[in-house]
Amino acid sequence: MKKIMTGNEAIARGAYEAGCTVAAAYPGTPSTEILENIAQYEEIYAEWAPNEKVAVEVAAGASIAGARSLSAMKHVGLNVAADPLFTMAYEGVNGGFVIVTADDPGMHSSQNEQDNRLYAQHAKVAMIEPSDSQECKDFVKAAFEISEQFDTLVLFRITTRIAHSKSIVELSERQEVGVKEYKKDVKKYVMIPAHARVKHVEVEERLKRLQEYSNTTPLNRIEWGDTKIGIITSGVSYQYAKEVFGDNASYLKLGFTFPLPDKLIKEFASKVDKLYIIEENEPYIETFVKALGINCIGKELIPICGELNPDIIRRALLGEKERETYSVDVKVPNRPPVLCPGCPHRGIFYAMSKYKDIIATGDIGCYTLGMMPPLNVTDTVIDMGAGISAAIGFEKAAMMAKRKNKVFGIVGDSTFFHSGITGLIDAVYNNSPIVAVILDNSITAMTGHQENPGTGKTLKGDISPVIDIKGIVKACGVKEENIRVVDPYKLDETERAVKDAYNATEPFVIITKQPCALLKDVLKKRAGRYVKVNQDKCRKCKLCLKVGCPAVAFKNGNIVIDKDMCNGCTVCLQVCPFNAIEKVGEWND
Amino acid sequence: MTKSLLFVGVGGQGIILASKILTEGLVKFGFDVKMSEVHGMAQRGGSVTTQVRFGEKVYSPLIGEGEADVIVAFEKVEAARWIKYLKKGGTLVVNDYEIYPQSVLVGQEVYPDDVIQKLKENVENVVVFNAAEVAEKLGNIKAQNIVLLGALIKALGVENLDWESVIKENLPEKMHDINIKAIKEGMKLS
Repeated sequence: MKKIMTGNEAIARGAYEAGCTVAAAYPGTPSTEILENIAQYEEIYAEWAPNEKVAVEVAAGASIAGARSLSAMKHVGLNVAADPLFTMAYEGVNGGFVIVTADDPGMHSSQNEQDNRLYAQHAKVAMIEPSDSQECKDFVKAAFEISEQFDTLVLFRITTRIAHSKSIVELSERQEVGVKEYKKDVKKYVMIPAHARVKHVEVEERLKRLQEYSNTTPLNRIEWGDTKIGIITSGVSYQYAKEVFGDNASYLKLGFTFPLPDKLIKEFASKVDKLYIIEENEPYIETFVKALGINCIGKELIPICGELNPDIIRRALLGEKERETYSVDVKVPNRPPVLCPGCPHRGIFYAMSKYKDIIATGDIGCYTLGMMPPLNVTDTVIDMGAGISAAIGFEKAAMMAKRKNKVFGIVGDSTFFHSGITGLIDAVYNNSPIVAVILDNSITAMTGHQENPGTGKTLKGDISPVIDIKGIVKACGVKEENIRVVDPYKLDETERAVKDAYNATEPFVIITKQPCALLKDVLKKRAGRYVKVNQDKCRKCKLCLKVGCPAVAFKNGNIVIDKDMCNGCTVCLQVCPFNAIEKVGEWND
Repeated sequence: MTKSLLFVGVGGQGIILASKILTEGLVKFGFDVKMSEVHGMAQRGGSVTTQVRFGEKVYSPLIGEGEADVIVAFEKVEAARWIKYLKKGGTLVVNDYEIYPQSVLVGQEVYPDDVIQKLKENVENVVVFNAAEVAEKLGNIKAQNIVLLGALIKALGVENLDWESVIKENLPEKMHDINIKAIKEGMKLS
């Protein structure tokens, strides 16, 4: 049976067909849909873990117990999970173990452009890179086989254009492999120094065997065409190369990319006149080829920064000019992403925006958008959890410089569970008078609504205990009198909480509780609600525009509110000093 | 011969569903198809694109500047933003509909009021209509993305395939009638 699938759907299908039984992940674009799709197969236990490190450790435990297991994450997620990655590289596997890393060249939805191929080399584990959805499915199956054959975890590296591009996939049946027997083996699974010293030697031996395999596996193949030009490439770059050169070149198409196939590369290079390396971001293949003493052309012509596409290759390697096209003489306004109409994050950002000396260390999530005008609140965004921990350091440094700043650290509910808790413990432990703002919208929203430990539901849709954020905050040692739980749709109580926090001299926490406005239940509940401007009362002071809601506009000399976009959160209504914004529609509570 | 087309618009306009129906149809009719979209940050009211390429054998899922046979803009300023991707002689289908970006709402930037006119002056093949109005007349404003899909299918020259069956296979039964009407109406507009 043939089906058109995204790379992520195909990876899920491949795991299913390979007999995978345990999968764990933390959501992150562009990897999220892998676990969402795996969760649909009854035969596989699948979970959202609170963070990527936990996810990899869950999968590692399952592998040791004998199950074929998989973990998936975006590229920066592998940084979080790097600790178990490097040690599991020594311990090897029992059931096959695959970690999918979804890199984001071009940074469509990421804070950096790291190339995780370098992780395979660094951790000394096998790596596989597919070039389309069919290969995503087939190569995941191969990855489980290789993992068990060579006793290594396999890094399965994709990029945004593999994850989120659709192409045709031929489906097969699931191969039941069961869960292997577990035999206690402390020399393999207890990595004390004495065992690790032995293991390191074994890992080096394993690398030699893997390199031999790399030279002979069908995952690496030569496609002979014109031999005047030879191209070594992998991943989606292979598709771009084929698009540009077609049959006018020969290709060494690499699917098994660590260790790289030294003999195959030498053989290929010796038979072509000119050798190009076409790869996105880092000169990973190129460095290896050059170290073999082979001349090739790569990053001197093909950029390191940004995503590749066929046109970049055409211009860089063929010297082609830009195609003739159209242009119009219109100044097109930018359209960056914004907090949605009715977003529960708006109220707290608005309340904070009134204090010009507040420093806000932000975090990863929809609320990163609190940096955008007109709110302009957020000062920093680093990574998951830094919202709270960076606040601590900022406050200390500002204090030492005798600068009067109040530092607010902002994290979401899912981010708090992910790695905000340790930061809060640090704030209490070291008595840092920061304010941790936990924006609890009862979902992992940015990545498209995934359940998390605070939502009361698992990835499989089962009911589970709701982990109480306030309870954790108290258990971390924040005093009851320094905690505020507010409804961010109610500006007065939100503003009072910000004021109390601003004046606090001890660790302080504000929890805003209001579900994401895009959740189905919320959409249904608020469907009939909206507000409108009473033009007789409106003095056009434009204060309502300061809340930065996409539904509120100044058009043709009047403030207007788009009734289809508005969900009646009433933040703009509460901001209006002239009571010119009025409720319309059905308000039952 | 590979054909390339772009769906452009604003997060939340139903572009994903329209492009899904198109790709499912193209696969059913025997084409090799690649489609690429970007999720995540882009969903939050940002500018959104979906790229579709189909033919006998397709390699790259990405379309270069000056390469799209057809661009369907669900929002008119987005048509201007992406017009450089249109191939010379290609067709531009524009929904006569505007969504103000935040920068315009707060008065930092201006929403150009002459986009359609400028597009018509510069591009030979422009098809403009208000898909929301068309869909509303047919009985459901929500079918506007399928009206636009119909216009696209005609512009691509694949209108003779059995799209009715594709709609039936990919949408729930209660939505069949309105969307079949919508796709046919869209084909008449292009």
